[in-house]
Amino acid sequence: MSIDKETINHVAHLARIELQPNELEKLSGELHAILGFIDKLSNLNVEQVKPASHILPISNVLREDQPHISLFPQKALENAPSKKGNFFSVPKIIE
Amino acid sequence: MKYQTVIGLEVHLQLNTKTKAFCGCSTDFGKAPNSNVCPVCLGFPGSLPVYNREALNSAIKLALAFGCQIQEHTKFDRKNYFYPDLPKNYQISQYDLPLSRNGYLDIHVQDQPKRIGITRVHLEEDAGKLIHEANESLVDFNRTGIPLLEIVSEPDLNSPQEAFDYLTSLKNIIGYLDVSDCDMEKGSLRCDANISLRLQGAKELGVKAELKNMNSFKGVKDALTFEVERQTQLLETGEQMVQETRLWDVEKGVTVAMRTKEGAKDYRYFPDPDLTVFIIDQSLISRIKKELPELPQEKVARFVKEYGLSEYDAKILTCTKKNAEFAEKCIQVYPGKDKKEIVNWLIGPLLSEANLRKIELYELKINIKELINLLGFVQRQEISYLSAKIVLNQLIDSQKSTHDLIREGNLQQISNTDALTQIIETVIQENAKSVSDFKAGKTNALMYLVGQVMKKSSGKANPKVVGELIKGRLS
Ligand SMILES: [Zn+2]
Repeated sequence: MSIDKETINHVAHLARIELQPNELEKLSGELHAILGFIDKLSNLNVEQVKPASHILPISNVLREDQPHISLFPQKALENAPSKKGNFFSVPKIIE
Repeated sequence: MKYQTVIGLEVHLQLNTKTKAFCGCSTDFGKAPNSNVCPVCLGFPGSLPVYNREALNSAIKLALAFGCQIQEHTKFDRKNYFYPDLPKNYQISQYDLPLSRNGYLDIHVQDQPKRIGITRVHLEEDAGKLIHEANESLVDFNRTGIPLLEIVSEPDLNSPQEAFDYLTSLKNIIGYLDVSDCDMEKGSLRCDANISLRLQGAKELGVKAELKNMNSFKGVKDALTFEVERQTQLLETGEQMVQETRLWDVEKGVTVAMRTKEGAKDYRYFPDPDLTVFIIDQSLISRIKKELPELPQEKVARFVKEYGLSEYDAKILTCTKKNAEFAEKCIQVYPGKDKKEIVNWLIGPLLSEANLRKIELYELKINIKELINLLGFVQRQEISYLSAKIVLNQLIDSQKSTHDLIREGNLQQISNTDALTQIIETVIQENAKSVSDFKAGKTNALMYLVGQVMKKSSGKANPKVVGELIKGRLS
C-alpha cells in the first residue's frame, strides 16, 4: 500500500499538525514503510479467527451508577496552558 | 404540490443517570464550572473509561419502547475530530454495531396513523460547553461525558408538522420511561434535521440540508418551514443545490449556511480499545421488557375501553405519565360506571386551574374525595355549576371540605320558588324588551332573562327552576 503526499497532507490537517516540505518528504517514506509492515497482516490466514474489537476475550465490563469524588477545579485546571477563573481558556473559536 | 418534502430527524437525548457515562462524576446541572470533572472525562492519559450499567439499562428500555431490535453484539467506537469542547479529541460513540436498530413511532396525519421508522438508537457521550468571549473561548467540561442516546429516524417525515408531531410523541413516550428530563431548553434533548425536496413520485432523494441550532420543537418546525420555501425557490429557479449544514437563526427566522472546512467531517471511526464489547443476552432484554410501563398509546386505548372516554379526551389526560395516573385515580374514585362527568371536570375546570397556576394537572393539591363531593353537590342541584367552579378554586391548596366552603360562601343553590320569584319580578320589570321578544317567540330571550336572574343571585339561582318559573310567569 502506498501513500501519496496529498493523503499525508490530509491526515496532517486532520491531526492539526503543520508539516515543513522536508518533513513531508521524510514522513511519506516512513509511513510507507510502516504501512508496508502492517500490510504483512494481510498475508496471514485468519479464516479460523473470529473478528475482535478488543484485545482481551472479555465483555460487558460495567460500573454501577455511583458518584465518586471529582477533582477540585483548581486541580483540574492545574496543568492548563491558559485559564480564566474556573474555565479552561482557548483561542477564540468561531464556527 | 409539485415537490415532496423529505425529512429525517436526529435526536440527542441526555440520560438522567446520577453519574456520567464512563466515570463517576456527577451529572448535576448548574454546578461551578469544571467541578464535575476527573481524569477520565478530561481525557487524561492513562485513564480508563468504564460504561455505566444504569445508562445501558435505560438505553435498552428506550430502544424497546420504540420497538427496536436490540443487537446481540454491540461496541463503542471513537469518532475523531478536534474541537475544544472535546478533551480527548474523540467522542466515544457507536458506528457499525449500534445498540439497536429498526424501531418505529406512530404519529397521526389527518387522523390517519402513519408509522415513522427509527433507523437506530445508539450510545454516545456529550461534549463540554463553550462560552465565547471577545478574545477567547472558555471551556466548561461539566457536561462532558454525560450519557447520550442518538435516536435517528428514517426519512419518513413529509412535512414540518409531521416532524413536530414526531418530536412531541417521542417526548411523551420518553417521559413515560423516566430515562431523561427531555427538556429542550435545558439541552437534555436536542434535535438536528435533514431535509430535502424532490419532485412528487421521484425515486431519488434530492440534495439535503442539515439543520442545526434549534432549541425548541417549534424552532424545529419553523426552521423546516423556512427551508421548504428556500429549497422550493432554488429548485424553481434551477439553481445548483449544495449539500450543507445550516444554522437556524431564531431572531431573524432564517437558516444560514455554516462555514465548514473541507474534510472536517472525516471522523476516522475505529473501535475504542479501552472499552470491551457488550453481549446483550435475551434474559436481560426480557427482564427490561417486563419493566416497561404502559405506554401512552396503550393507555389511551385502555381509557377508551375501560372508562368510555373519547380518544380525544384520553389523549389529553395521558400526555404525561403523572397526569394520567392522577386522572385515573379520580376516575376510579368517582362512583358509577358513567365517567363522563368527572372527565369533563378534569379536562375543563381542573385543567384551567392547573394552567392558571402554571403547573401540571397532577400537581394540583386537591383532595380527590372532596372533588367528587363537589360534583355530587352539582348533580343534586344543591349548587350551580358556576358556584362549583368557585368552590373548586378554593378547594385547591385548602384543608377545608367542600361542604364547609359552600356553607361559608353561602353558595347553596336557590331552588326555593318564593325566593326566586322576587328576583324574577325585578328582572322582568328591568328587561321589557326581552320580555316582549320572548312573547314574540324568540327563545334566546329566555336564556338572556335566566342569565340576568343568575347574575342578580350571584350565580346561586338554579337555572332550570328559574327557566320554568319565567316561562310560567310570561305565558
Ligand atoms: Zn469524570
